[in-house]
Amino acid sequence: MKAPSFSYERAESVANAIELLARHGPDAQILAGGQSLMPMLNFRVARPAVLVDINPIADLAAIRVDKKGVFIGALARHADIEHSGEVAEQLPLVAAAMPQIAHPAIRNRGTFGGSCALGDPAAELPACCVALGAEFRIAGPKGERSVPAAKFFAGVYTTALEPGELLLGAQFPARQPGYVSRFLELTRRHGDYAMVGAAAHGRLDKGRLSDLKFVYFAVGDRPIMAMGLARAVEGKPLDAATIDAAVAALKDDLDPPGDLHASSVLKRHLAGVIARRMLNEYATHKGA
Amino acid sequence: MPERIGITLKVNGEEVRQEVPVRLNLADFLRQELALTGTHVGCEHGVCGACTLRVNGRIVRSCLMLAAQADGCDVQTIEGLAASGEIAALQNAFIEHNALQCGYCTPGMLFAAADYVAARRPPNREAVREHLSGNYCRCTGYQSIVDAVCEVAAQDATKGGHK
Repeated sequence: MKAPSFSYERAESVANAIELLARHGPDAQILAGGQSLMPMLNFRVARPAVLVDINPIADLAAIRVDKKGVFIGALARHADIEHSGEVAEQLPLVAAAMPQIAHPAIRNRGTFGGSCALGDPAAELPACCVALGAEFRIAGPKGERSVPAAKFFAGVYTTALEPGELLLGAQFPARQPGYVSRFLELTRRHGDYAMVGAAAHGRLDKGRLSDLKFVYFAVGDRPIMAMGLARAVEGKPLDAATIDAAVAALKDDLDPPGDLHASSVLKRHLAGVIARRMLNEYATHKGA
Repeated sequence: MPERIGITLKVNGEEVRQEVPVRLNLADFLRQELALTGTHVGCEHGVCGACTLRVNGRIVRSCLMLAAQADGCDVQTIEGLAASGEIAALQNAFIEHNALQCGYCTPGMLFAAADYVAARRPPNREAVREHLSGNYCRCTGYQSIVDAVCEVAAQDATKGGHK
């Protein structure tokens, strides 16, 4: 189908975008990479009166590295993040996730901010942001504010973003020595939405994990931190008994609703498969 | 509020100035306004890959981009890509290997394949499949397409090596 009628405004700066959003109120919708919004328009699931196109705001596309860590701008394209040497070096978790996001033609256009602001519970980047303790920077009519990733994702397609606000990007903490990341997702076909996936980040020392953030996606209404799994492995040797206990702990960590791609029972099973594979990778990791 | 907008862009190297409805997507603009019907429209929601073309040198889904957003951009359609000679080897390999039947997916498939070949990636079937995973073909079962792309990628190896 074709998109319904709407008016189209180009935002030339962050201030201009905030002003346009204020002027048009709840009928306005921000257009970033359009890889989710355009299908919704073509399906007529979304019918905004006004599209505020933020693509002209070149500043928002930057990926910056400094002492504080890495800042990924909301308009950074997936492909730019995928091919960024700085991201590969500083945020290996994000670098590992990027090739799993859709297909090359989608990654050339889709944006970091769009993926996060949409809040799709099956998306890869939100889980990475939670696992790495990123802080989202948000601009609004009253100025800027920050929201930690763990509080940003509030439900299916729901985030901490208020009407009239614009996501500027996310600040990731500097890479800490000794921390190792792992990323894995199971899909029916490369580039499809995950049936189940997980992003993990933790301190690995002599074969023992601590401070592990093991964040699942596509198993709930938002990225889900597996707290019981993390407790089960904390400081213990990653042997078969520890890994069995970690997988068993998932019973209380997760309560996945079924969806088009997998039933609840299958998701539970796959979550265990993923945990086992990733913890085994940690157990055999060289160089920690 | 303007429901139409003036855009200036390059299409296959030629400057185009036109006023377009703001809700018109790039694929429909090329097909309906410029009669460049080599860009095919399949699913209209970014899944099938039939409308894949290049904007500023990168492959994108033209059904997921507004014509208004192509203002100031350099767009290359399959007509321009074929005329440039860049994909002559791929076109021949597609014919040799029967890598198309109805041809609906072919323009988008060639853009995705050209992307793979231009990056000088090796003739690895799994990597080719992964790279083409966003482009649907309902005729061939993909084997012959992967054959064709691998053949060209292998030819390329003799010319200067892979990344």
